[in-house]
Amino acid sequence: MAEIKPDVKDIDRSLYDFRYEEKDFYKVKEGLTEDIVRQISKEKNDPEWMTEFRLKALETYNKQTVPEWGPDISGLNMDDIVTYVRPNTAMKGKWSEVPDDIKNTFERLGIPDAERKSLAGVGAQYDSELVYHNVKEEVLAQGVVYTDMESALRDHEDLVKTHFMKLVPPTDHKFAALHGAVWSGGSFVYVPAGVKVEIPLQSYFRLNAPGAGQFEHTLIILEEGADLHFIEGCSAPKYSVANLHAGCVELFVGKNARLRYSTIENWSKNMYNLNTKRAICEEGAKMEWVSGSFGSHVSYLYPTTILKGDDSHMEFTGITFAGKTQNLDTGAKVIQIGKNTSSSISSKSISKDGGISTYRSSVTVMPEAKNAKATVSCQSLMLDDISVSDTVPAMDIRTDDADIGHEAKIGRISDDAVFYLMSRGISEDEARAMIVSGFANPVSKELPLEYAVEMNNLINLEMTGG
Amino acid sequence: MALLDVRNLSVGVEDGEILHGVSLEINKGETHVLMGPNGAGKSTLGYALMGNPNYKVTGGDIFFNGLSIKNESADKRAKAGMFLSFQNPLEVPGISLSSFIRNSIVQQTGEKIKYSEFKKNLKEAMEVLSFDSAYKDRDLNVGFSGGEKKKAEILQLLMLNPKLAILDETDSGLDVDAVRTVSRGIEEYQKKRDGALLIITHSTRILESLHVDYTHVLVKGNIVETGDGSLVTEINDHGFERFIGGQENN
Repeated sequence: MAEIKPDVKDIDRSLYDFRYEEKDFYKVKEGLTEDIVRQISKEKNDPEWMTEFRLKALETYNKQTVPEWGPDISGLNMDDIVTYVRPNTAMKGKWSEVPDDIKNTFERLGIPDAERKSLAGVGAQYDSELVYHNVKEEVLAQGVVYTDMESALRDHEDLVKTHFMKLVPPTDHKFAALHGAVWSGGSFVYVPAGVKVEIPLQSYFRLNAPGAGQFEHTLIILEEGADLHFIEGCSAPKYSVANLHAGCVELFVGKNARLRYSTIENWSKNMYNLNTKRAICEEGAKMEWVSGSFGSHVSYLYPTTILKGDDSHMEFTGITFAGKTQNLDTGAKVIQIGKNTSSSISSKSISKDGGISTYRSSVTVMPEAKNAKATVSCQSLMLDDISVSDTVPAMDIRTDDADIGHEAKIGRISDDAVFYLMSRGISEDEARAMIVSGFANPVSKELPLEYAVEMNNLINLEMTGG
Repeated sequence: MALLDVRNLSVGVEDGEILHGVSLEINKGETHVLMGPNGAGKSTLGYALMGNPNYKVTGGDIFFNGLSIKNESADKRAKAGMFLSFQNPLEVPGISLSSFIRNSIVQQTGEKIKYSEFKKNLKEAMEVLSFDSAYKDRDLNVGFSGGEKKKAEILQLLMLNPKLAILDETDSGLDVDAVRTVSRGIEEYQKKRDGALLIITHSTRILESLHVDYTHVLVKGNIVETGDGSLVTEINDHGFERFIGGQENN
């Protein structure tokens, strides 16, 4: 397990909260119009069908209303959001070719270092476009494709066309429609049948420009028996104006394949994170989500899994930390269709300094899903009297032989436990941080070591006021 | 100079005062036993000495190594060399027993310790307590039986090696074998490390194999009698009746 290191306090916010000027960057005007969508499409050399797709999505966007059931997003005004900011560089395959200010950003976030040590491939997005993409030779030799969405649209157009926004159609909700209209960047992964990628791939999304939106699209296709661990990281410096993230993740997990999708999200606290992630599992497939939500002003995030094939399985392990000025509405959803499918959702949330954390989940077992199994467990920890924690678990079970378990717990840090740790020489702040890290430990245990350490750092940062 | 010098200490909780002017001196290497009937305020004294914020000092003072610690937080007192073994140790999920102990040592000394050295010391201490080594990787006290929790407390005592250890009802709820094992750990601390002890108990089983220098009897928030080790035997034979009666006549 990850050790709790007392020296992590030394890391300060500047780790994430720094920025460079976006000089010479290409930008569209603020707001959302047909002209802007056409302009983005033209800039990106979209095939015609994609331009049409975008315009249709824009129509859908204009018809849809904003959700009225979650956190308030009235502070987000689409007329102020710049939907496309292209950095002043083409995508590179070597860090040495990436312009210095952008390279420095990723250096400070530790990405090239992680790539050398523990990753099979890395994609790095800066504002709207990927600036770096590289995969290890041996992974390429296995027939794995890992590239940016733009290259995929060019080189694997058929695969993209048959999968793009098929799981999350633009009609799904207003921000899916927005994504369909202005998407750019993101990663494409294709793992051929029987190929197991031994070490993880990682994409890192950095939003640098104030008042901008990031709309990356991640599309992962695993053929029969394939195996992959994909890691997604995101961060941004803090601005006084609203930034928007409306990404979309679509995961196709083939027969008997296994996909693990890990996320450490640390958007700055002016970010509206309205992200949609969805996976579909064929027969015997296994989907594993590990999700850490630490940043953003408002989040709506419910990774969804469709267990379509018989004997398919999903596991979700997530943690959300809502601090001052944060309203994070997170959870997971599963729809069980195949026979003998099983799902397990385990979620933890922490709220502090008036932060609001809402756990929202839904489990749907369809009539044909014989012998289904589902367990949901959510635990919340409130660190003071002004913070809020809520749980909204929904279950819709349409069979009579399902095995369903549900457990919810909301608690506070006990003064006795703090005193106990203090009586061993641990300071009060450190004691609270230890208790919170301990609470989060089942989640950090699921992460690769570097990310578990990063998560503990983030918790310590939040706990000690960094 | 006494290691611990408690002067006319009064302590209260929200509901009112519990200790009414307790005085006590413990020198380096001495073992003191604090006995008394239920509700006398024994655990209150332990908590107050260690600095539990729910127990407020309303009068008197506490000196440790010649310095007043009355206003110091619990972690500062621990760093000064005090230790409290809890009657009901808390369960802390997600932190293993061994990483907790290691963290505590680092916090107390301000220095990193070599992992190999720590591992060796931990193994030896666990052997003294016949403590299954698998427990070192388990979450702190989570799902431990009463006996295992007490072993974990004494393990921390041996690893942290304080100048003064306050043991609050370490023997309560333990079977005969467990009491014997736990006292073996205490004996190790007492004899090999010349540690000072304040043993709070209302039974005498844990004291059988330990040398006792002084015995104090606490009744209704006052120390009503102080004697040597033989007082333990007397209480064992006759109970607290004599002291309770004496208190009522006051």
